[in-house]
Amino acid sequence: MMRPRSQPASVLPGFSVSASITALVVTALIILPLAVLVFRAASLGPAGFLAAAWTPRARAAYAVSLGASVAAACISSVLGLLVAWVLVRIKFPGRRLLDALVDVPLALPTAVAGLVYSTLYVERGWLGQYLVPLGIQGAYSRLGIVLVLVFVSLPFAIRVVQPVLESLDSDTEEAARLLGASRLQTFLRVILPAILPAAATGFALALARALGEYGSVVFISGNMPFKTEIAPVLIVSRLEEFAYAEATAIAVVLLAISLTLLVIVNLLQQRLAQNAQ
Amino acid sequence: MSIHIRGVSKKFGSFQALDNVSLEVPHGTLLALLGPSGSGKTTLLRIIAGLEWPDAGRIEEDGADVTDRHARHREVGFVFQHYALFRHMSVFENVAFGLRVRKTPDAEVRARVDELLHLVRLDGLGNRKPAQLSGGQRQRVALARALAIRPKILLLDEPFGALDAKVRVELRQWLRRLHDEIGMTSVFVTHDQEEAFELADEVVVMNQGKIEQQGTPDEVFEQPATPFVIDFLGNVNVFHGRVENGRAFWHGVPIAYPDYPHAQARPARVYLRPHELDIARLAATGSPAGQNPNHSAGEEPSLLAEVLRVSRSGPLTRITCQPHNSSGELHVDLPTATARDHSFQPGETVAITPRNVRVFLPDPEYVI
Repeated sequence: MMRPRSQPASVLPGFSVSASITALVVTALIILPLAVLVFRAASLGPAGFLAAAWTPRARAAYAVSLGASVAAACISSVLGLLVAWVLVRIKFPGRRLLDALVDVPLALPTAVAGLVYSTLYVERGWLGQYLVPLGIQGAYSRLGIVLVLVFVSLPFAIRVVQPVLESLDSDTEEAARLLGASRLQTFLRVILPAILPAAATGFALALARALGEYGSVVFISGNMPFKTEIAPVLIVSRLEEFAYAEATAIAVVLLAISLTLLVIVNLLQQRLAQNAQ
Repeated sequence: MSIHIRGVSKKFGSFQALDNVSLEVPHGTLLALLGPSGSGKTTLLRIIAGLEWPDAGRIEEDGADVTDRHARHREVGFVFQHYALFRHMSVFENVAFGLRVRKTPDAEVRARVDELLHLVRLDGLGNRKPAQLSGGQRQRVALARALAIRPKILLLDEPFGALDAKVRVELRQWLRRLHDEIGMTSVFVTHDQEEAFELADEVVVMNQGKIEQQGTPDEVFEQPATPFVIDFLGNVNVFHGRVENGRAFWHGVPIAYPDYPHAQARPARVYLRPHELDIARLAATGSPAGQNPNHSAGEEPSLLAEVLRVSRSGPLTRITCQPHNSSGELHVDLPTATARDHSFQPGETVAITPRNVRVFLPDPEYVI
């Protein structure tokens, strides 16, 4: 087939084929299930929707979910930066092993993590026996939720920042030092601006992962309504009561919150990336 | 500010990057560290900057020992090979960086940066990001940034390596003028001898972590101290000959070499630069020994050779010859005008007389 001269051939072959497959996959795997979700929730009607999704218990669950997820994503981002830095910059024996361990939370069934964490932090657990007398409740508490959410979201924060740190020239750090910058000044003015876009992406992924997490939280939080019940747990308990439409209504609200947060973080990330280039 | 390097050694693992190097850079000198990659020149530069620590030896600036002083407190200007600009900062902020971390008042920063951008001829480009500049412009930003803190010493690592030929020559001349105007002590690393000879007051030729020779460009070029230096400078005819009884033999042609008066013959390497050879036309009689039959006492002996090719490259014409009594080629460079007057033709026989010969014996104690 001849192409018009003004339109250069695309570098990627088979644009129409690959675009069709993409559209099909996105529709079948993401859009269609979401549409069903919204459709089922809509069957309740506006009043029924509010009655199901905006009860005091549901609002408390959103707050716990949101608060714990944001806290966990923040902690994961900072910790992830630190771990990535150590993995990239410091040569120590066992570095490869640590690098492999980073991915374990992705492969481990998260329910196992929840069980192990709660065993560790209960009153008679290895850590709990010292922490509980100090007033630190690691199990059956919001702290416990944040702990397991950090566990499941940390790999994302690490893996996104790691390649950017690897590509960072040590030249620019040396240049900053030679110009008289202290270690802190070098980090804040030279290194951080370069890795901030990647760190923001890592934050977004960690946040998304934490918001959707169910398996580990259900074992450590104690699932006390108004205290340690997160939205996904509430959805499951509605399902167990065969209240499917109510469950989807809560899910729609959770979805809306997640989407809004992710869009905000993505916009921020774009601004940072523009700044860094 | 003068720099004194005393017996500096540095090892990376089992690799000896610098081996007991001593060097003096007088105040106001523009010095070139010249050598192939792996010769230790960049390591030496980084040690002067405080970016590497020597395993042994001391670094002094104006007589003060600065060996243990951190790079941050050396106050040297350093220009990296690939510029190492801060990509997320504007040109202005790049240049201002050294002043900002010193908490210089804003008005002063502005005045100093504008002055520097003018000096490196980048007026009005302060708001650009480094990615929006050409290679030569980035190099000048890097230079302005290094100069912002008013360093007494400027160090440059292959400063023109990544630039195209025309920009390189321009920047070179510009850097020379800048060095003279500011009156600092500058050291730059290069593997390009042309750059070193054109730009520097002093050239230091390095090889395998040692200094082979230090001198003015003329000294190094005219009197290469070691076979390495002459090989590295290149463009030279090399022959394996022998020395005995105060003479060196080059294709059987005897050349006076009083440094070796012994009767026992030793192998030697004979170096002849193409532009230090005289060439003359000869009636094609030939002599069995390959020696000029016109040769009489007191005259320099010459070698008979056949012209193979005549090729002109700009102001020089290169005549490639083959000595009559051996294989291997010999290059002679003549000014093109002279060559045109003689109009040597391939196939004809010429007599070649060296004006200057360098002989190196394998044993270093006989090196002239």
